[in-house]
Amino acid sequence: MKSGRFWAWVVFILGAAYFFIPLLATVEFSLRMRRGVHSFDAYQIVLGDPRFQATFLYSVIAAVFTIILGVLVVVPTAYWIRLRLPQLRPIVEFITLLPLVIPAIVIVFGYIRMYGSNSPLPFLGSNMGANALLVIGYATLALPYMYRAVDTGLRTIDVRTLTEAAQILGAGWGTIIGRVILPNVLIAVLSGAFLTFAIVIGEFTMASLLNRPAFGPYLQNIGANRAYEPAALAVIAFAITWGCMSLIQILSRFAPKSANRPN
Amino acid sequence: MTDLSLSNQTMAAKPAPPNAAAAFRLPTQWIGVAPFFIFALMFLILPTLYLVVGAFQGREGQFTLDNILQLVSDPSISNSYWVSIKISFWSAILGAFAGLAIAIAIVRGGLPGWTRSATLTFSGVASNFAGLPLAFAFIATLGRVGIVTTLLRDVLNINIYAMGFNFLTTSGLIAVYLFFQIPLMVVIIVPAIDGLKKEWGEAAATLGATQWQYWRMVVIPVIWPSFLGTVILLFANAFGAIATAYAFAGPALNIVPIKLYSQINGDVLHNPQLGYAIAFGMIVITGLANVFYIWFRTRSERWLK
Repeated sequence: MKSGRFWAWVVFILGAAYFFIPLLATVEFSLRMRRGVHSFDAYQIVLGDPRFQATFLYSVIAAVFTIILGVLVVVPTAYWIRLRLPQLRPIVEFITLLPLVIPAIVIVFGYIRMYGSNSPLPFLGSNMGANALLVIGYATLALPYMYRAVDTGLRTIDVRTLTEAAQILGAGWGTIIGRVILPNVLIAVLSGAFLTFAIVIGEFTMASLLNRPAFGPYLQNIGANRAYEPAALAVIAFAITWGCMSLIQILSRFAPKSANRPN
Repeated sequence: MTDLSLSNQTMAAKPAPPNAAAAFRLPTQWIGVAPFFIFALMFLILPTLYLVVGAFQGREGQFTLDNILQLVSDPSISNSYWVSIKISFWSAILGAFAGLAIAIAIVRGGLPGWTRSATLTFSGVASNFAGLPLAFAFIATLGRVGIVTTLLRDVLNINIYAMGFNFLTTSGLIAVYLFFQIPLMVVIIVPAIDGLKKEWGEAAATLGATQWQYWRMVVIPVIWPSFLGTVILLFANAFGAIATAYAFAGPALNIVPIKLYSQINGDVLHNPQLGYAIAFGMIVITGLANVFYIWFRTRSERWLK
């Protein structure tokens, strides 16, 4: 048993080294812009760059719309599957897992061919259309995570009793979903939302192929042309991902652990 | 709500045969899931099918296998498939074993409690830290003027680039991909190891099993399907990844997603149908991988309830 603990430490330390050396080196590198001293010059240049601000803002807005679209598509479906159509669960679960099977680049390639400017549904014919298509594409990418998060949330509440109680009090379907179900799974939805945000914010393939002024293509451009700024951007991106994951962890402490079923 | 209570009332007033009631309620049942299916059909299934059908069509829309055959006959394309499969395969295998070792160390290794929560939190972050920023981090570390490169050169007098190190080799990319593959393995496999019941270990010990026998005859058979399933998920994960590799070399690197990217951007192959065929090949490979994944997954869930 003692040798077991020794090897566990060896594995743990080797793993920690592999993961922390690149991160520490990136931080160190990002501070080296001014010769001889450590400085935040690279961060100042990046954060002060109007293109950084514009593309970052664009991606944040795209992420927010992605989350809204994802919630609108996933919550009513997951709810309805639990309440009325449990026999469809395998089909819906299979579809939500498809974005893990079909690479993002293939999905966006399909969009470009199907929704080009002289197709029946010319999403790519206008700027707003292309923006909408990017949000739709992101919602597709986030589908597996969003659906799992919401479904896990629904599992912890008694959907049927809540629905019947709301119906007895005279609520319509919109009220039931918006004011009874959604608040009960809000923590799960927010977990899915932050994960979506982390995935979407620096996404490169879709944004670049749809020719959108998003943060991903900006990152690529800086990476190809600058030395120290990419390191600063990597640190910022890591901080954003870390922030999203921390929020999910904090939220999960507030999530109900099991259904409060009346026995 | 209103139509539902109506249907209940009619049924209560006049007990209809069950078949008729089911037929009456069918449309309202489906309205609830219609937005989801329309969304999935329009933005996931049809665009993919469009490419799949296109892969089997010639320029005038006639059926042909030429595009698919060209995947094999064109050496630059078939080579890009090989490189992609090699990178995905080895990064999945190495990532899986490294992730499994870390997971066992933190769950069963007798390490202090903080290592487990710290590792799981970090893995959640690192498994989502992919794409361009990951490439930037590795360039800052092991690029030509990276911190570790210069440290090794100045302190230990080792020039890794003179020794043939390069991100654009298969092994270089595998080393970078491990940064998100290992944490993904940890995140998925830790619950499976948690699922090993303490009673199994005690039962094995009661029956006189050695530690080695317990591992060989209990732990490995139980973890095996979920381990293998995750390996396949890691494979698909690496196979579709493009941004990290693109940040290292732009369009120069010969892996399938980058080949397709260049094709979409500039029709470099001068044949849009060939682009469809490349996309189709990617779907076939990740699709096959996931068929195995689902199969292993259902096998492992039997034990880990």
